[in-house]
Amino acid sequence: MTKIAISFTINGVRRKLEVEPNELLMNCIRDQLHLTGTKYVCGIGECGACTVLLNQEPILSCLTLAVDADHGEVVTIEGISAGKELDKVQQAFVDEGAVQCGYCIPGLIMMTESLLKENPTPTENEVRDYLRGNLCRCTGYMNVLKAITKAAAGGKGSA
Amino acid sequence: MYTNQINTRLLYPSFNYFEPTTPEETVQLLAKYGPDAVILAGGTDLLIKMKEGLIEPKTIIRVKHPSFIEKKPDGFHIGAATKLRTLEKSRAVIETFPALLEAIKLIGSVQIRYMATLGGNLCNASPAADTAPPLLVMDAEVRILGPSGERVVPLKEFFLGPGKTVLSKSEILTEIRIPPFKGKTGTAFIRLSRASMDIAKISIAVLLHLEDGGKVVSARIALGSVAPTPILANKAAEILIGKSLTKETVARAAEAVADEIRPITDIRGTAEYRKEVSHVIARDALEVARRRAKEN
Repeated sequence: MTKIAISFTINGVRRKLEVEPNELLMNCIRDQLHLTGTKYVCGIGECGACTVLLNQEPILSCLTLAVDADHGEVVTIEGISAGKELDKVQQAFVDEGAVQCGYCIPGLIMMTESLLKENPTPTENEVRDYLRGNLCRCTGYMNVLKAITKAAAGGKGSA
Repeated sequence: MYTNQINTRLLYPSFNYFEPTTPEETVQLLAKYGPDAVILAGGTDLLIKMKEGLIEPKTIIRVKHPSFIEKKPDGFHIGAATKLRTLEKSRAVIETFPALLEAIKLIGSVQIRYMATLGGNLCNASPAADTAPPLLVMDAEVRILGPSGERVVPLKEFFLGPGKTVLSKSEILTEIRIPPFKGKTGTAFIRLSRASMDIAKISIAVLLHLEDGGKVVSARIALGSVAPTPILANKAAEILIGKSLTKETVARAAEAVADEIRPITDIRGTAEYRKEVSHVIARDALEVARRRAKEN
């Protein structure tokens, strides 16, 4: 099949690429751009690990065609810190020990970024509801909740 | 057929890809590429079916429009490509259509709702499609565009079976219209599922239009996951017409719902279970709709 030329920004950098019609956004991000922070897990929209922001909306990169990024703005986990300085959500996850095996964390952090932009002071139920599409099989949800509460409070400590 | 049970990382095999900008152009492409072409809306059902090897389209036509919510004298018009998340955040849906809002909020995850569209949920024609029962009780109509022009079909005639609708291979769904409510009207939606992300074991939507005195002027009850398509339980709804919503009347209508449905046993629940809970959720949904009707 003929490749399709697309142009978009990823983490603030303008890129022009040629993609296959059946190339998924996740494949493009990981295999063409070598940004391996975005994780592949279930591939069928159940787990949320591949969540990235496309035009400031959280979407599943394993169920999105790469051509969808054309003229768009993609942000992945690599794009939220300022160099080596972690962003407040990342720092809260570190501080609260929210990370075990780590595979679900990029998706969880991208969802938290989106949640706090839509709703800067979520209740615990709102956090649970917003993140219900992000599975952690280490089942470390309690520390994740604490981390999000801390990030929502401006990183000033939760309890 | 090639069945992919191992690798959902790739979408395989490849396909021709088109991104038309108008519904007319979409219809022309469908006419040209024929039965091997499919419409891609949000992709949350289609791409999974492709990864699982259930379908192998040779041509994919991506549809991003029309996306809008407009209030007109004949009701609310919603573009078929409007995303569920857009509807969930829209003031019109929040204020006017609580049953539709309740159904949308139960669909998938936030990410899925940022991708999936209302038209996609209907055209996928799952017996469990959560937006179908609320739209059925609200007497919604769908606008269809094909090579020979437009036609309007009541939603209750739209579904033919699992994955099957009245759309021909060269037609597309462009718009959904919800007629205005009359007087004191209330709606409700209830769904039972194992965990929040799961597909419905059974779902029910109710619409009640009441007189000032509380008697029922009109009523509609619709269910999901109890038949090959989402269905209206007309006999149960008829029991309510002209009556006050006493405990006995509600119980009779709820029992009639259980009699009217034809559920099957599958991985999500048994036919017996679905029959048994149907009258419980019918009673609950009628009560919520009654309360909302009185408040309106």
